[in-house]
Amino acid sequence: MVAPSLGIAAWGLVTGVAMVKSGMSVAAALAMTLLVYAGSAQLAALPLVVAGAPLWVLWATAFCVNLRFVIYSAHWRKYFGTLPRWQRIVLGYFAVDLSYVYFARRFPEPRPAPEQLPYFCGGALWNWVSWQGASLVGIVLADRIPTQWGLGFAGVLALLGVTYSLLSDRKSWIAAAVAACAAVAAFGLPLKLNIVAGIAAGVAVGLLLDRKFPDAAPERV
Amino acid sequence: MPQWYVGVGIAGLAVVTVLARGFFLAPDREIELPAWALQGLRYAPIAALVAVIAPEIVLTNGTLLATWADARIYAVLVATAYFWWRRGILGTILSGTAVLLALKIGLGW
Repeated sequence: MVAPSLGIAAWGLVTGVAMVKSGMSVAAALAMTLLVYAGSAQLAALPLVVAGAPLWVLWATAFCVNLRFVIYSAHWRKYFGTLPRWQRIVLGYFAVDLSYVYFARRFPEPRPAPEQLPYFCGGALWNWVSWQGASLVGIVLADRIPTQWGLGFAGVLALLGVTYSLLSDRKSWIAAAVAACAAVAAFGLPLKLNIVAGIAAGVAVGLLLDRKFPDAAPERV
Repeated sequence: MPQWYVGVGIAGLAVVTVLARGFFLAPDREIELPAWALQGLRYAPIAALVAVIAPEIVLTNGTLLATWADARIYAVLVATAYFWWRRGILGTILSGTAVLLALKIGLGW
């Protein structure tokens, strides 16, 4: 877990810096990292917060960026579905990407076992500490870095990397290109609705392509 | 940025985190989603990320890039090249940020 947690820490550092350099106060950045605890969604939220987008646009965009967690949550249910509800909610909150990757590797059989909870908690705690520690350092550092350096853009570069890692087949490339063009072309719309236009256009094209050119072996989510 | 707006926005984002991470885990009964919704799950994150970053890269105050003397162009090109060379997100951030800082601080772009 050491090598990946270095990656998590670097990512947390960038997010901390980007939050403050986007113009957010240190107090707001601290609240955001400690409460929201979702790097990509936080970074995606920044331009929207700065532009004063309507709250529903902000939240809907973050939810879309977070949709991978919705998929993970279906898997978590197979392992932790029998726990009391409040435990399931807490556990879900701390279930980040790395927890999922490592847990699925360690417990390939989707059924409950007693050693799963301690394994999960250990990894989740480690991830939380790596992320929050680095994020706090980033927030404090950013306060001392000149704004002209444009370091807020590092957040966009981080999201760029995440986006590339999600592009798997030609259909996802086309959906991404359409979403990008729509979001730029619709920039004149008020209330940051160009983001919503981009998401809608990208998903619509993706679904259409899926209908026209179904995968050879359809994935089950 | 009014304080109430940032505060309510952040609180809502925290709720979004809880909702997304517990979506199928938290309810007492299993949720069934229609097939098209499950398929849409594949494209929505990509579309949302791209919709957020594309305008941040190619627009300045709502108009397309008018000059080549913009550090963002080269930062994105280098970051992109790095990703498709090595596939590491960390290196993508670092290489792009290095170019960004060099051009901003060195040339004042």
